[in-house]
Amino acid sequence: MMNLPNVLRRDPGKRMTDTNLLTTITIAVFLVMYIASILILGEGFRKPQQMLNLISTNAYLIILSCGMSLVMITGGIDISVGGVTALVAMCCAVYLDQGGGNVFVSMLIAVGIGLAFGVVQGYLIAYLNVQPFIVTLAGMFFARGMTTIVHTNPFNVENESFVALKDFRIVLPLLGSYTRKGKYIPATIEIGVIVALLIVIVLFCVLKWTKLGRNFYAVGGNKQSALMLGINVKRTTFASYVICGLLAGIGGYVYFMHVGSGSPSHAMGAEMNAIAASIIGGTMLTGGVGNIIGTLFGVLSLELIKNIVASVGLDQAWWTGITIAAMLCIFLVVQSVIIARRKKANASAAAEKVPKGGVT
Amino acid sequence: MQNNKMAGIWQQISRNQILIPIAALLLLALFNLIADPSFFRITLKDNANGDPVLSGQLISIIDSGSELAILAIGMTLVTAASGGQDISVGAAIAISGSVLLRVLCGSDSRSEEMQAPIIVAFVIACIVSMLFGAFNGALVAYFKIQPMVATLILFTAGRSVAAWINNNELPIVKDPSFSYYGNYIPGIPIPAPFLIAIVCFVVTWLVLKFTTLGLYVQSVGINEKTSRLNGLNPELIKLLTYVLLGLCVAVAALIKVSRISTINYSVIAKDIEMDAILAVALGGNALSGGKFNMAASVLGAYVIQFLTTTLYKFEVNAAALPAYKAVVVILLVVMSAPTVREKLSALVKKINGGASAEKT
Repeated sequence: MMNLPNVLRRDPGKRMTDTNLLTTITIAVFLVMYIASILILGEGFRKPQQMLNLISTNAYLIILSCGMSLVMITGGIDISVGGVTALVAMCCAVYLDQGGGNVFVSMLIAVGIGLAFGVVQGYLIAYLNVQPFIVTLAGMFFARGMTTIVHTNPFNVENESFVALKDFRIVLPLLGSYTRKGKYIPATIEIGVIVALLIVIVLFCVLKWTKLGRNFYAVGGNKQSALMLGINVKRTTFASYVICGLLAGIGGYVYFMHVGSGSPSHAMGAEMNAIAASIIGGTMLTGGVGNIIGTLFGVLSLELIKNIVASVGLDQAWWTGITIAAMLCIFLVVQSVIIARRKKANASAAAEKVPKGGVT
Repeated sequence: MQNNKMAGIWQQISRNQILIPIAALLLLALFNLIADPSFFRITLKDNANGDPVLSGQLISIIDSGSELAILAIGMTLVTAASGGQDISVGAAIAISGSVLLRVLCGSDSRSEEMQAPIIVAFVIACIVSMLFGAFNGALVAYFKIQPMVATLILFTAGRSVAAWINNNELPIVKDPSFSYYGNYIPGIPIPAPFLIAIVCFVVTWLVLKFTTLGLYVQSVGINEKTSRLNGLNPELIKLLTYVLLGLCVAVAALIKVSRISTINYSVIAKDIEMDAILAVALGGNALSGGKFNMAASVLGAYVIQFLTTTLYKFEVNAAALPAYKAVVVILLVVMSAPTVREKLSALVKKINGGASAEKT
């Protein structure tokens, strides 16, 4: 309680930071959409299981988006995550099906692949100053191609211990529902959700309270001034890509646990979904602005709107694409307008504060 | 003295941008020459219509690399002016092609005759495509959204919109005169797409030579603020480059659709945006904007096609192709990275210095 007054004193009347503002907007939009869908569409949306299913299916996307947000906060981009997801799923599937079949080793393989991608891409980007877009584009190509080289056809994994892991569900108390006949159906989530939420919490704490986290924001905000502040810009950039690669590996395994098969066409376009989710969550590609909690809600909003479109009856395939694009468009324009206005306000406020006689 | 002069010439050559695609081209050609000299054989054959046409691997390269070359023209301008890339060109080709077929076939997707002259359909497709270009351009120029993110909107929606325009039907144009643009014009043994690409390139070259467009685009790309102070309108110029890319997209769409006389919304021009960006990068153009070399980009596009055809010839699985492409790209990018270049030139100097020291 002692430092509460301090916190209050530090920013009396100070407005929210860009990051917090954008996150608040995202969370508000998500809640409005969810409540509206419960009130208007009713039916399935009223059951918590609908939401839990949505989270279970997209646990991997949450993990990928966390990595993506981190890289975007640092001012870069990583479009290889979708490819890495497919590669991880395929390699693990082949290993479990043909190799020894130890589930723990397959986890190690997943993490190893992700780390390898992260280290190589991070080195090229941070230390050789190659454009992140080109490097990770090549990474994506490589991962997709390798997936086909490892195995051409999609197939299901029948390893016993893995199937047990895949079908394991965590039962949540109190959230279950009754069918019309009065039978109780417990609410369940997959293991991936726990992993995803853990990662969200850990990353949130790292970004908020550690030196490394602050360095990410500093490097993304302005490389030059970060360098002058004595931050090791190269190492920080490198770290962001390594973490993103690692998360892509973990995300790939979570995806693998969800689908239980390997296929070259897995996670197609996941990188674009992850970027879209990060943007909706308030991360800006210019760097320096972003929040992991926002990203979480970005993923949820993105998937919720897909569900809403499907249940409204616009079931032709093209409506999903068009709605997501429209949503992305609105968010981008709103963000850009807000940031521009705040910049102007900040500039005029700064001009007022400086006394006319110059620095005193 | 001799050595210094030689080093000077060497430096001048190595500084020249177009060297990168030429070197890549020579390397590939040499590889093919050693592996299988029949790669370069060109024969005169009769095609299905009984017209004599040239055929051979080289001809197929200049044939199927043409859409990419046309896109590379527009992509170079966009990259130079806005320091970012348009990732929606593939989706925009789908839209443009869809419009083209919609106008040609009218409401009946299996009509025997064309409902409108090709030129009318093409002009309408151009206008639509340029409007979408203007939409991207407006987001980038006036709303200050990063190009990759702004074009992500059209990337997500494009193929859905394309399917929507034709009500998800796949119209087929039965008139043979429509297929000339993607195959062969009777009496001319050179593939028509290559001729169209040459026309596009010459027109662009003339425009850049006799107007100030090229200069303005470069100055906006190098420094937006100073170009504004010099009386340019950076927003308008950025918008203009996106509209021009729209025009390129429409031409590429005409070729793509004409090749098969129909369209497949989810497959047409898939991943072409990645190849187009690669072409620009291969041409040695900085992806962060500024100076550009149009000829190098166009050559880069054909180099990519050369690589693709070479790999196909060695019976590489089409889905595994990206992995090999990625390795080549990474090698090229690492070679042209500023840090590596500095080290290499230092090495060359050292060798030269050592040689001259030995002589004296």
